[in-house]
Amino acid sequence: MTEPSKPLFDLTLTDEQRLMRDSVRKFAQTEMRPVARKYDEAAETPVDFYTKSLDLGFNAVQLPEELGGFGAARSPISNMLLTEDFAYGDMSLAIGALSSLSFINTVLDQGSPAQQAALLEPLTRDGFHPAALALTEPGARFNPKQLKTRATRSGSDYVLHGEKTLVPFGSTAERLLVVAELEGEGPAAFVVSPKDKGVSSARESFMGLRPLALSRVTLDGVNVPKAHKLGEDKPFDLDRLLDLCKIGNAALATGVGQAVLDYVRVYCNDRIAFGEPITNRQSVAFMIADIAIELDGLRLLTYRAASRAEQNLPFRREAYLAQLQAADKGMKIGTDGVQLLGGHGFIREHSVELWYRNLRAIAILQGCISV
Amino acid sequence: MINLELPERFEGLTQLMRAVSTNVLRPISRKYDKQEHDVPVELKVIDRRGTAAAAVRPDATDKSPDAKPRNKNGAAMSSVLSIEQMCWGDVGLMLSVPGAGLGNAAINAVATPEQKERFGNCYASMAITEPASGSDSGSISATARLDGDEWVLDGEKIFVTAGGRCDTVVVWATLDKRKGKSAIKSFVVPKGTPGMEVVKLEHKLGIRASDTATILFTNCRIPKDNILGSADVSEGGKREAFGKVMQTFDNTRPGVAAMSIGCARAALDLTLELLGDSVKLDYAKSQWEASSIEAELYRMEADWEAARLLVLRAAWMADNGEPNSMEASMSKAKAGRVGNAITLRCVELCGSVGYSEETLLEKFARDSKILDIFEGTQQIQQLIVARRLLNKSSSELK
Repeated sequence: MTEPSKPLFDLTLTDEQRLMRDSVRKFAQTEMRPVARKYDEAAETPVDFYTKSLDLGFNAVQLPEELGGFGAARSPISNMLLTEDFAYGDMSLAIGALSSLSFINTVLDQGSPAQQAALLEPLTRDGFHPAALALTEPGARFNPKQLKTRATRSGSDYVLHGEKTLVPFGSTAERLLVVAELEGEGPAAFVVSPKDKGVSSARESFMGLRPLALSRVTLDGVNVPKAHKLGEDKPFDLDRLLDLCKIGNAALATGVGQAVLDYVRVYCNDRIAFGEPITNRQSVAFMIADIAIELDGLRLLTYRAASRAEQNLPFRREAYLAQLQAADKGMKIGTDGVQLLGGHGFIREHSVELWYRNLRAIAILQGCISV
Repeated sequence: MINLELPERFEGLTQLMRAVSTNVLRPISRKYDKQEHDVPVELKVIDRRGTAAAAVRPDATDKSPDAKPRNKNGAAMSSVLSIEQMCWGDVGLMLSVPGAGLGNAAINAVATPEQKERFGNCYASMAITEPASGSDSGSISATARLDGDEWVLDGEKIFVTAGGRCDTVVVWATLDKRKGKSAIKSFVVPKGTPGMEVVKLEHKLGIRASDTATILFTNCRIPKDNILGSADVSEGGKREAFGKVMQTFDNTRPGVAAMSIGCARAALDLTLELLGDSVKLDYAKSQWEASSIEAELYRMEADWEAARLLVLRAAWMADNGEPNSMEASMSKAKAGRVGNAITLRCVELCGSVGYSEETLLEKFARDSKILDIFEGTQQIQQLIVARRLLNKSSSELK
């Protein structure tokens, strides 16, 4: 047997990916866009929305058959495409809809087989079962390599102390994966419930991502059984989680960036000034061209990182570069989107100001959506 | 299946091109930057046919079960990859390899089988630009008129890459200026034809190893069948000839973009070498924990990588028969500007060493500028992308 040769360069989706893409894009148009503004104003998303999103079936695809899933191989590419297409509808709702999947992906990657069964089973039952990653900590200059949340051993259990911010479903999640520094041993991840003794959560308000109703979660001497330490005796691979979440961020920025591009193309072609469409002017048209050029560059970087992850090739550099362009070019696209609409871009009637606020989060989110 | 890694089939080619760059081009890089109009005789060791044969290889078709049967990685992909590697060596010298120019691309794209027989092995440059006609190549004034069995060419052409060294010139001329683009045709003129004269070689900011000529046509007579495409000047003829030749650029723009990423990579590699232990790129570290010089390097790597992937996409589309005019322009716009920005920043990051002629960084920064200009400036690429995105005609978005 010869080694299987490396595949050809290819940007074609598989049939499954194409089908999923078609349904998610439709869902984004019909079920997300029309409600995005309403939920942003309300700073709340009804559970109905998430329940409806589950009809697309994405949570089940890569779950093992024993847990009622389809048992397909872990696919960072499919998850990345899903994230991009959801974010095209709305970034906050995308994060909310994919939060449980991120938890599932992390448990599949790093949990023992027994843990996969025990920790994921509740998420496979009918209905929406929120779960989320809790990594970021409050304060300027958060560094995931210097976590302030501490875990200490207590007999065979663990005790957690610390504070997490930007946590989706902080008070309603059935599972939270809290990443903490296990004293003397490095980073570790623990599965807790907001109902556990010592866990409290408080709503936070941010510039964007308002429909997510993000929370600050305080852990004050929370007891975690050994079985809830992810990977049990194996060390937790925080870098892998961070890298996969960088791809998630880049996919979010790509989806929102595409939303901006499609919006300004139509708006600016219709907008008349000095007797003709403003897109007849190079200063406007070139800005739109640059949005498209940078967006496609970002998209390809994201695809490359995901495809390397999928093939089990090292993907740290590629994920890093995708995140970097997502933060830089994503925000540039966001601010140009508002600029192109002029004063109207500043008015909350148009989505561009909402995308602007949400895109600012791309540089800040860490450990949010893991593909 | 989405895969942005390159298959093994190109490894031999890129290694060969890198070896040519390292062993043949780099050692003479500074020499021909200084000796601006000397012909780089050392390039004769690069067997033009061998290189061409290595560069243009039959398409490989993906045979894995879930791949679309049509997925191909072929000539367009191997072409951008080899150009990238050659330009890692030296852009000017790469442009001086006989037979690698735009004129050959035009002949390959448009010539009839009979013409390919006659001109297929020539070293052809392309003469489009005139003193009063740059990006608006539809406004050229050089004329061609039929006199019996011959075309008679008159006019002045500037900025002809390899115009001094080539053996053949593909020249654009109008049959009737009042009829606009539809009357613009291209003609093959072998060197030595009476009435064609190289009158000047330019002194340039960069790519000095490559000669840039002014060519004068005065009552220059060539056989009637040296015209590329039809002689029809109706609207239909416009699509036939001008459009077709312009399409040559869809094929060559990713190539120029590849030059830019090759040159930028050379600058980045040399910068990392010169900075040595003072920087350490650690992709596991938060960008905010990096030094400012490291942060700049990360940004350049990201822009470089994005540009490169845009080039590979454009080539992949060409290999698979997909129209890629917009994507080709996107790749050139992004690669042109980031290539220039990277080479300039690398000089800055290395300080006096970067600015000095003792290394090649300052040369890369001079060479890269033309790559954001020739075969369509940055602004022309933006125009092409914008018109396509916004569904605008050239009279609406000028």
